[in-house]
Amino acid sequence: MTRPHTPEADRVHADFDAVWGTPPGWRTLTVVNHTTIGLRFMLTGLAFFLVGGLFAMLVRVQLALPGLDVLTPELYNQAFTMHGTVMMFLFAVPVMEGLAVYLLPKMLGARDLVYPRLSAFGYWCYLFGGLILLSSVVLGVAPDTGWFMYTPLSSVPHSPGPNPDFWLIGITFAEISAVSAGVELVVAVLRTRAPGMSLDRMPLYAWYILVMAMMIVVGFPPLILGSILLELERAADFAFFDVTRGGDPVLWQHLFWLFGHPEVYIIFLPAAGIVSTLLPVFAQRPLVAYTPVVLAVLATGFISFALWVHHMFTVGIPQLAQAFFSAASMLVAVPTGVQVFAWLATLWLGRPLWKVPMLWLAGFLFVFVAGGLTGVMLALVPFNWQVHDTQFVVAHLHYVLVGGMFFPLVAGVYYWLPHFSGRMPSARLGRYGFWLVFVGFNLTFLVMHWTGLLGMPRRVYTYEEGLGWDLPNLVSSVGSFVMAIGVATVLVDIALHFRFGRRATPNPWHADTLEWATSLPPGAYNFASLPEIDSRHPLWERDGLADEIAHGKHGLPGIAHGRRETWGVEPLSGRVREIVHLPGNTLLPLVVAVLLAAVCIGLLAKAYLPAAAFALAATVGMLRWSWENGAHPRAAPDATTPPDHPPLHSRTCDGPGLWGMNLTLLADGALYLSLLFSWFYLWTVAPAWQLPAGGAARGGGLLLASAVLLTVASITLRRLVLRLRQGIGAGTAGGLAAVTAAGVASAGLLVFALRDPRLAPTATAHDALVVFILGYNLFHCALAALATALQVARVRAGYVGAGMPYEPLVVARLWYYAAAVAWSSYAALGLFPTAWRAT
Amino acid sequence: MFAVPGLGACTGPQSMLDPAGPAARDVAGLWWGMFVVAVVVLLGVTATWLVGMGRRPPTLDDAREKRVVRRWIVLGGVLLPSTCIAVLLAFGIAAGHRMLPLPLAGEAPLRVDVLARQWRWEVRYGGGAALINELRLPAGRPVDVHVRSLDVIHAFWVPRLGGKIDAIPGRTNVVRLQADEAGEYRGQCAEFCGTRHALMVLHVTAMEAGAFAGWLEAASR
Repeated sequence: MTRPHTPEADRVHADFDAVWGTPPGWRTLTVVNHTTIGLRFMLTGLAFFLVGGLFAMLVRVQLALPGLDVLTPELYNQAFTMHGTVMMFLFAVPVMEGLAVYLLPKMLGARDLVYPRLSAFGYWCYLFGGLILLSSVVLGVAPDTGWFMYTPLSSVPHSPGPNPDFWLIGITFAEISAVSAGVELVVAVLRTRAPGMSLDRMPLYAWYILVMAMMIVVGFPPLILGSILLELERAADFAFFDVTRGGDPVLWQHLFWLFGHPEVYIIFLPAAGIVSTLLPVFAQRPLVAYTPVVLAVLATGFISFALWVHHMFTVGIPQLAQAFFSAASMLVAVPTGVQVFAWLATLWLGRPLWKVPMLWLAGFLFVFVAGGLTGVMLALVPFNWQVHDTQFVVAHLHYVLVGGMFFPLVAGVYYWLPHFSGRMPSARLGRYGFWLVFVGFNLTFLVMHWTGLLGMPRRVYTYEEGLGWDLPNLVSSVGSFVMAIGVATVLVDIALHFRFGRRATPNPWHADTLEWATSLPPGAYNFASLPEIDSRHPLWERDGLADEIAHGKHGLPGIAHGRRETWGVEPLSGRVREIVHLPGNTLLPLVVAVLLAAVCIGLLAKAYLPAAAFALAATVGMLRWSWENGAHPRAAPDATTPPDHPPLHSRTCDGPGLWGMNLTLLADGALYLSLLFSWFYLWTVAPAWQLPAGGAARGGGLLLASAVLLTVASITLRRLVLRLRQGIGAGTAGGLAAVTAAGVASAGLLVFALRDPRLAPTATAHDALVVFILGYNLFHCALAALATALQVARVRAGYVGAGMPYEPLVVARLWYYAAAVAWSSYAALGLFPTAWRAT
Repeated sequence: MFAVPGLGACTGPQSMLDPAGPAARDVAGLWWGMFVVAVVVLLGVTATWLVGMGRRPPTLDDAREKRVVRRWIVLGGVLLPSTCIAVLLAFGIAAGHRMLPLPLAGEAPLRVDVLARQWRWEVRYGGGAALINELRLPAGRPVDVHVRSLDVIHAFWVPRLGGKIDAIPGRTNVVRLQADEAGEYRGQCAEFCGTRHALMVLHVTAMEAGAFAGWLEAASR
């Protein structure tokens, strides 16, 4: 360890380790600390990467020569589907998240992320979701309809086996981790930075992660909705995408690419964040144009939500829409160009060093810029009509993703290796690895552009001789093996360094950001004391900062209270506002994730009764989890703070919980908007849209009643919270019980609406969506009632009351949301059809 | 072996770089233009990086550094991509417009209906003539192919004649093709459609106008 070994520093470390330390043996399963969770994410991602790579090698072997039959067409289809799925969902996104989970608190000068149990829960969901998906390979029923699962190929008539179910259920389960990490990272960036670290002093990496996390929160829900709809169609024969029943397969494409295009930037932005972090360190000067780069990152985030249709230019959508999406797709080249030229100018003005990470960054620049250029070409509609769905697109997307994600990732891994191991990477083997990967990659994929231009479609398991595709395919296959050898070299290099690497000195690369002020490897608490920050480059401008931190010379140095704590700050200025206390190790996240995995397996086995039982058990587990919150003694063993300190967050009205709820509702709202989009889309675009024969069902009127009830309940709850804030605790339990009752009543109305015998969700897409929207409302009524019932119990237990309005305040947001959903659903289901018929 | 002069070969039965009709020729032209610009940009950016890595510049004062940075960001980051995009859209929108199946002034395009299904193409002509996995066209005359699907999504594509269009259940999409000269062309399903997707090939024959009319009449009977 590079920690200073003075008696004082040793004592501080021992005290902190007693509270924060990671337990040995089976109890490592209880760990919730971001350092451990981040490493687990990355290691698991590496394992999935190797699996995904194996599928790629199978594909390349099969295509090496014309007419080969190494794989049957069935196995080939599984191989390319699993390659894409594993690489996108189980490697690229989780590894980038894992790195952010690991690094972010350290860069921001915090001790942990804001919801440690949620981090752990997300990890387990990711692991189990991934394993469920991979189990399909062992069972011989791996998904085989391509990683974007187009209906109707993935619908029951054309895929009667369970293959798509493994994709839909496994991936949706794993996506819980993406969304929960997204929520957590946003709140961590905005609320738990070092004192004085205003937004404009934040390391650029934090900006990139902030935007990425916001994009996850808004971008993943459309796919989650799509997956639920498709699984409902497959399992219960609901008609969402079946054109003969008034659905539309193109709706799936919209929902998928509404997610799928932002996804590309969700993968690229954190990688670009790595570039913007490493490049200044090796150029030995700050990155130029901080503000333009931040604006460019934000612009990329926004523009990326206006591009999805460029994956659908051959679907036959209106020309004007195509022109719009074409221009928008090209427009994203501008913010990317700003970043590229900021990097170039930084090198130009700096004194760069050719260390191994820089080699990977140079590789990144070449490969990614090439991919960006072909991306602009693909955005041009007439050119797209030719090369869409050809090997040219395969080449392009590998240039963008391998260039824009894998190269910076390896650069980052080499750069942060001393953090993981306390040792330095080798200089030689790393270079061999780079050149093998770089040459192998370009051999494989540069040539593949040509294969595409020569007319070879993607996803074909074989091709005839004499089409001009033989030689380029052989070159690609040989190149892919060179690349695989390169990847193996890198892995060997990294494995060897754990044993033979030179011990790292403190801040070995002479970096500027705070993660290098921890010991190497860091203790679970990161910093024994939390410093004030007054510049963008604390370690370049303050010698000895790391030592002062380790000696407890800065903020929150005491640990005698036994609380895990870090500063909560104002989002913009970074002024300290409260002490955020964090939960310790617990088995609950694992237990809940195991129960949810059992639900998924039950759904896959079509054993719905056991699945429901496990879902109930998981709900109980989550309630148990949220019981140990706020003023509960396990959440803060000692709730007193020194007189000159701000209060604990659980005694305030604007803690991380509220921010987390708001962001969760934002994700929920994105899902709901996608649902409304589906409703209006089918009304207006579905080729054979049908209204039910039996006339209007009773859903509309009951939704109106539900909306009124929820609104009254929301107002009541708001009054109760205001009274609590004024210190009036009397009548809280009774009031909350009344609010709960309103939620139960509202849920009852919706159950009644759903039991309308005229509703036929298997007959028309219209009714299928009506049932789904009613069910969505029902779910939120039940959830709000349940959360409020829990509050009643907590008031009785003394965890909520006068001066402690923290939790009812968070729950109130859920009610506002449920009421808003009910009103808008009433407008969509009750008012809109009437207006439509009238015109 | 001798038939393969190297990776630079542009010809091939399905090569979009060996266009045989106006639509495909427009796109091939676009490609070569974009290719040249892209190579120049890529080499320029990479060279700048490599030169930057080797430089040991003097430290500039803040004002001068600011000017240098602003020049890089504005010229390289904003103007370079915007100019490229504007030029590209100017050429591209015009080319795209010409490819659309809009009404023509002279002779109306021939209508052909193509029904895609797992895993074959059914081709139908107005008079009742029908073909399987084979499409016959008159050379030199625009043909509007009306594409539908009977099961999953497929994509109709004859690269040497024009762009592709999806065959989607419940919809009819139209793509306009034209072969300049009589000859044999090859098409293939481009949207993954299941087990035998790779084998869903369409043989296209462009015939002289007279020969085509004769064949169509005979086949319609």
